[in-house]
Amino acid sequence: MAMLISDASLSTHTVMTTANDTQDLQGQRNYLLRYAMLQLRDPHLAEDAVQETLVAALEGRAKFAEMSSMRTWLVGILKHKILDILRKQAREPQLNVAEGESEDDLIDSLFAKDGHWSTMPQTWANPEQSLENLHFWETFEMCNQRMPINTARAFMMREFMDMTTEEICQELSISTTNCWVLLHRARLSLRECIDMKWFGKGKS
Amino acid sequence: MLNCKQNTELLSQAQDRPTTLKERLQMRMHLIACKGCRNFEKQLAFIRKAARDLPRNW
Repeated sequence: MAMLISDASLSTHTVMTTANDTQDLQGQRNYLLRYAMLQLRDPHLAEDAVQETLVAALEGRAKFAEMSSMRTWLVGILKHKILDILRKQAREPQLNVAEGESEDDLIDSLFAKDGHWSTMPQTWANPEQSLENLHFWETFEMCNQRMPINTARAFMMREFMDMTTEEICQELSISTTNCWVLLHRARLSLRECIDMKWFGKGKS
Repeated sequence: MLNCKQNTELLSQAQDRPTTLKERLQMRMHLIACKGCRNFEKQLAFIRKAARDLPRNW
């Protein structure tokens, strides 16, 4: 009996909030698309992930009534959709898998034979101020785009989707050590790119 | 003593796993002597912060 009552009040609530929810969800589309693009780098796949997210969101919006932030909730759904797509891709190997990620060219170019820096990292001036600058974020995204796809993916899973190294290893089917190497390479690559393109201290 | 290449590897892994006392001492020893790696360490922290802040700027 108690179940029936709560079901009934739930569906009333759902009907009343339908119009608003649909509008709000549309308003979140752009944000979700950018999020998905960073991980998937393919407008069609990103669009798919967002569509599926919005459908799942509409179907499950009764649940959302209890949640504090719509965006957090949507991103939570989107993360699952992105991982679904990546898993599907892994099962159907495509052409763009490796693109030069096997070698250590980047690391070798940054360090001399004895393991010292080829060019020492210089101090960055006022990095905190950069975070307030819209152009910095364009540069940051551009530097992300420049990384090989698996490197970028591992990095974004770690820092952006807030996954643990163990979870990333599992998703990408790689060893823990490989995972650390990928993440390290991503950070080195981002550092180089931001140094050169934003702080302008690198050699040209 | 670690060289810069090994030290940057450890600094990066320190963002992904708990480090041992020995590793932390090794890193500190190196950092005392190496300005380039001190800059690198700060920049790693900055990059992490930037990646986590990115969506707030959309």
